[in-house]
Amino acid sequence: MLSLTHFLILGAVLFCISIAGIFLNRKNIIILLMAIELMLLAVNINFIAFSHYLDDSAGQIFVFFILTVAAAEAAIGLAILVALFRNKRTINVNDLDVLKG
Amino acid sequence: MENIYLAVILAPLIGSIIAGFWGKKIGTVGAHTVTIIGVAISCGLSFYVFKHHVFDGGATFNGAVYTWAVSDGFTFDIGFLVDQLTAMMMVVVTFVSLMVHIYTIGYMKGDPGYQRFFCYISLFTFSMLMLVMANNFLQLFFGWEAVGLVSYLLIGFWYKRETAIYANLKAFLVNRVGDFGFILGIAVVLMYFNSLDYEDVFRNAGNLSTITVQVIPGWDWNVITLICMLLFIGAMGKSAQVPLHVWLPDSMEGPTPISALIHAATMVTAGVFMVARMSPLYEWSETALSFIIIIGAITALFMGFLGLVQNDIKRVVAYSTLSQLGYMVVALGVSAYAAGLFHLMTHAFFKALLFLAAGSVIIAMHHQQDIRKMGGLRKYLPITYATALIGSLALIGFPGFSGFFSKDAIIEAVGYSDLFGSGFAYVAVLLGVFVTALYTFRMFFLVFHGKERMDEHTRSHLKESPLVVTIPLILLAIPSIFIGGLTIGPMLFGDYFGSSLVVFKEHDVLAQMGENFTGALGFVLHGLVTPAFYLSMAGLATAWYIYIKKPSIATHFKEKYKTIYNLLDNAYGCDDFNDKWFAGGSRRLGSILYKVGDTQIIDGVMVNGTAQTIGWWAGVTRQLQTGFLYHYAFAMILGLVVLVSWIFIV
Repeated sequence: MLSLTHFLILGAVLFCISIAGIFLNRKNIIILLMAIELMLLAVNINFIAFSHYLDDSAGQIFVFFILTVAAAEAAIGLAILVALFRNKRTINVNDLDVLKG
Repeated sequence: MENIYLAVILAPLIGSIIAGFWGKKIGTVGAHTVTIIGVAISCGLSFYVFKHHVFDGGATFNGAVYTWAVSDGFTFDIGFLVDQLTAMMMVVVTFVSLMVHIYTIGYMKGDPGYQRFFCYISLFTFSMLMLVMANNFLQLFFGWEAVGLVSYLLIGFWYKRETAIYANLKAFLVNRVGDFGFILGIAVVLMYFNSLDYEDVFRNAGNLSTITVQVIPGWDWNVITLICMLLFIGAMGKSAQVPLHVWLPDSMEGPTPISALIHAATMVTAGVFMVARMSPLYEWSETALSFIIIIGAITALFMGFLGLVQNDIKRVVAYSTLSQLGYMVVALGVSAYAAGLFHLMTHAFFKALLFLAAGSVIIAMHHQQDIRKMGGLRKYLPITYATALIGSLALIGFPGFSGFFSKDAIIEAVGYSDLFGSGFAYVAVLLGVFVTALYTFRMFFLVFHGKERMDEHTRSHLKESPLVVTIPLILLAIPSIFIGGLTIGPMLFGDYFGSSLVVFKEHDVLAQMGENFTGALGFVLHGLVTPAFYLSMAGLATAWYIYIKKPSIATHFKEKYKTIYNLLDNAYGCDDFNDKWFAGGSRRLGSILYKVGDTQIIDGVMVNGTAQTIGWWAGVTRQLQTGFLYHYAFAMILGLVVLVSWIFIV
């Protein structure tokens, strides 16, 4: 029987994978965006799990919102990515260090 | 009377302000008219005040006219103390000043700073009157500094000349040394007497005569001695006594009328006046009196020697001024205050006369001041010649001339004194007579007699100076002859000064002299058998022999005694010493402070050091900013983890 703990562990595992994706990835900024998406999905799983086990549908409504915002955010992220690529001719994360002090 | 005193003081000040602020508007004629009217009013009223106090027996005026400040129970007043001493000084100051004002019209003609000059000399008259009429130490100090300021401005009057700027800075700095002593003296007065008013201080002087103070631990000083010494240090600066005399010869860079008014007749005698005014204090301190005698005697003799080798006509007269100031100071030292003041008065007239005559020669010679390039001017400048002769005879103390009375009185007074140092002083002032006669007539013969050594161009333009120059000469020549004989009786041996001067019985050399005094004529006859007379005649004859009869002797001497000549020519090396040790020392100290204190500590460590430290720290911390997004994200996560775990743990 699946319990709340399993879902929470799944969410945590997904979250850790996405963090690892952000940190370990040195090549491609698109992977970075994907990792962020994954992070949001991990949060969504938590929401849904709690919503189900607490019998409160507000959590699921939250998920819809998050998905919508995530879609918009992904669109903006890709747009920035395209603009960045046009300017820099690269999407290599290691080359994007203009914030360096 | 109070209004008259005020008018005496304010008339020159108003003239000065008008000439100073609206000089451009009123033009040269307006400037000299307004200042001369101011000084003439002042002079006329001074004569009236003199008459009131001396002939009509007017009571001594001592009162405040204005309260300047009240602080911690002390009242600082502007007030006047007018008695016979003040009245005499007022007459001398305003009369000589008036003569110099008139003379200046001729001397400064065409100078671009004409109005400025008149503004300054009227301001000087005001300051000097403030000094002599003061009834408290603070006002005395005000006048003291104000005359110093005007002197500074006037020595550097031709401010485009490098030498004039050097000279006025030198005068100012040397006077600061004296003034430092002076203001310390005033501070001691305030500390022990709790008052700066002359009357309070003089009344209580006796009560403090036994109190001692330790300036340097373990060394007791009598308070009165301390005050007198400190005040006298101020007088040494102002009256150019050794070793603070170095500024006076250099002050000849100023225009000649100034040399006559400030650096011969009035300002430099301020120290003499001050000591005489403080006679109720000085009488209590024989130590200070001995100190004064010795300083004065050194100045009188050794500055005279320097006059022998000078070639600038004004510097010869300047050194003679130094020497004569030495005589006055010696007189003060032996408690013959009246004799010192008497010499101050006669000297004011004949030295102003000599300076103005020198100025007249300088005008005629087209601002050539070197006496080696003059000679034979007698026939070109008859009036100047005659007045200069009178001035010179008065200066060497030729019997009958006013200088004779005052100088002989001083010499005799020194002879009578038995204070420590008076024996040395007696020798010094006697020898000084010979030296005085020698350098005075050396100058006189070189300028007016002998071969004409000027160039052809100058010779063809030689002519007597205009009336505005010669009239003051004549007006000053009259008192130079007569004033001594007329006033010696009442001033030295009578009760002219009344209560202005205080002399203790055991110091009163003038009273001893007075026992044998039978009138001016008797004094002259007595003078004919004193060594002073023979010494001055010997000096005159020597000058005649060396510079008229056999001019080769002078050069011969110069070659033979080169060391002595060089020593005198360098003024005993005082200037070199001061330049090297005081001026050079301060410069070295300044450059050390500049290099170490300013450049290294303030600029290096404090200003730049702060910036460098911050820059270094910033260089370290900027390494944290890699610019990689994942580093920032990692930092955020890490922070979050720490925060959350902290919340859970606590």
